[in-house]
Amino acid sequence: MAVGVLFTVLGIIMNMGDHHLGQRILAGGLINGFYFFAIGLGALFFLALQYATETGWYASVKRVIEAVAGFLPMGMGVLGLVLLIITLMDGAHIYLWMDSEVTTPGSHHYDAIIHGKTAYLNKGFFWVRTLAYFSVYFIFLRGFKNRSLREDREGGTEIHFTNYRKAAVFLVFFAVFSSASAWDWIMSIDVHWFSTLFGWYTFAGFWCCTMTVLVMLTLYLKKQGYLPNVNASHIHDLGKWTFATSFLWSYMWFSQYMLIWYANIPEEVIPYMNRIENYKLLYFGMFFINFAFPMVILMSRDAKRNAGILTFVGTIILIGHWLDIYVMVQAPSMGSEGKLGLIEIGMALLMAGLFIRTILTNLTKAPLTPVNHPFLDESIHHEI
Amino acid sequence: MAEKVIYAMYDDDDVLKDGAKMLVAKGVKVSEVFSPFPIHGIDPIIGVKNTRLGIAAFLFGITGTFLATYGMRFFMITDWPINIGGKPNGTYLENMLAFIPVTFEFTVLCAAHGMAITYLLRNKMVPGMPAQNPDPRTTDDKFVIELRASENAQFSVDELLSMLKQTGIIEIDQKEIN
Repeated sequence: MAVGVLFTVLGIIMNMGDHHLGQRILAGGLINGFYFFAIGLGALFFLALQYATETGWYASVKRVIEAVAGFLPMGMGVLGLVLLIITLMDGAHIYLWMDSEVTTPGSHHYDAIIHGKTAYLNKGFFWVRTLAYFSVYFIFLRGFKNRSLREDREGGTEIHFTNYRKAAVFLVFFAVFSSASAWDWIMSIDVHWFSTLFGWYTFAGFWCCTMTVLVMLTLYLKKQGYLPNVNASHIHDLGKWTFATSFLWSYMWFSQYMLIWYANIPEEVIPYMNRIENYKLLYFGMFFINFAFPMVILMSRDAKRNAGILTFVGTIILIGHWLDIYVMVQAPSMGSEGKLGLIEIGMALLMAGLFIRTILTNLTKAPLTPVNHPFLDESIHHEI
Repeated sequence: MAEKVIYAMYDDDDVLKDGAKMLVAKGVKVSEVFSPFPIHGIDPIIGVKNTRLGIAAFLFGITGTFLATYGMRFFMITDWPINIGGKPNGTYLENMLAFIPVTFEFTVLCAAHGMAITYLLRNKMVPGMPAQNPDPRTTDDKFVIELRASENAQFSVDELLSMLKQTGIIEIDQKEIN
């Protein structure tokens, strides 16, 4: 975290006088704010998924999932702050549609296409939606957390079935909100462009990050001796999730790319032209490392049970998906001015420090074994 | 030479598992277990080696990838280039994206069929082949452990029988096979 602060300050000093500096800092904030927020959100989604499907094996690592999901309030704070600053600066050249110059007919920068989208893309409605996402995620997170701790004290199956119902409701909200929030926060930077797949693509990306974080955190805690109930089969399952979500993400990436490439419609192709011209190495490079590395390395059964290999691949995946978000935000907002320098890396480290600190603090707040979880026994004897 | 084979029948897979554990602990080699469904966790108990079907699947998949690539290159580039949607099939690489879904499907097809056929051949279970299991009831609700006298030379047949009788069997049978 201290390194992050140092890098950020150094980067800002070094880039003093560059008139894109403010935009760059805000874009960096958006990248990192969204990236870490989304990892927490992925954990909340994964937890709800386990509740709704009444899965048994995960009980031993449940508190780890909850701790990662517990980063959400902090993530919301950072992301909300960045979005607020951007809004107050009329989009700050990141959200073009927030600039009233663009949507007032007759003005110098008037853009009829953006004007046509003002019914959905305007500051007021944007914030209504953002607050709706935040509050729904927060309410469900708090509910799951409270019930989880109450279950430890009271036991019984009543809480389990409440969780089951609430999780199903949450998944319905999440299905809509995860897509819509990706459109609002990320896709609207490329305001002329639209892709129905974009929400799922973003979702697959952060789900993969979440599984990677869960694997690495579980391995770390197990190594420290905190998770006696976790055996090789749990690690194997989490490894499989990492492998599978990597493929889900790659599939989404390819589907989006291939359809746009094949149809070759100018308004859809332009963002890709921008990416290929300015971010060729990063854009295809991150696809390669997010797809090929997990595929080749994690394919065998033994690799998914090996802590060293999982940590190695996990680190690569986390960097790869960070680059994914980086290109998603930087390519449309900064274009050829985009840089990957000390500011971005510094902010990433700063947020990563905050993220790890929050999660480890969360872990200390609840016992690591959910003693009255109805599937705990099944989970302890989990064997695949 | 004829060989003595002992079949011990159980009506519960957990009893069979405990029995097999006990036999193996005493040094008996269990040569085979017949069951209507896969018994969870029996493989490490009776010392079945990890399957190599995964390696076979990988090889079949690679074969499919190469066949698909070679085939499409021949059909679409060499033999009869077509201009589809303004994308002339000049080189394979430039039109790579269009070929990826087909490559993927063909890889899966080859891997799946290859695996199924390999599995059936290896287990001598191709439709129409004589059944391998000693008793038709093992396809219904009974479980059978098979011991071979030749693999347990340090025990006499009577010792094996008496050990089996301690494990909750419901029937026991001896056969001589060639």
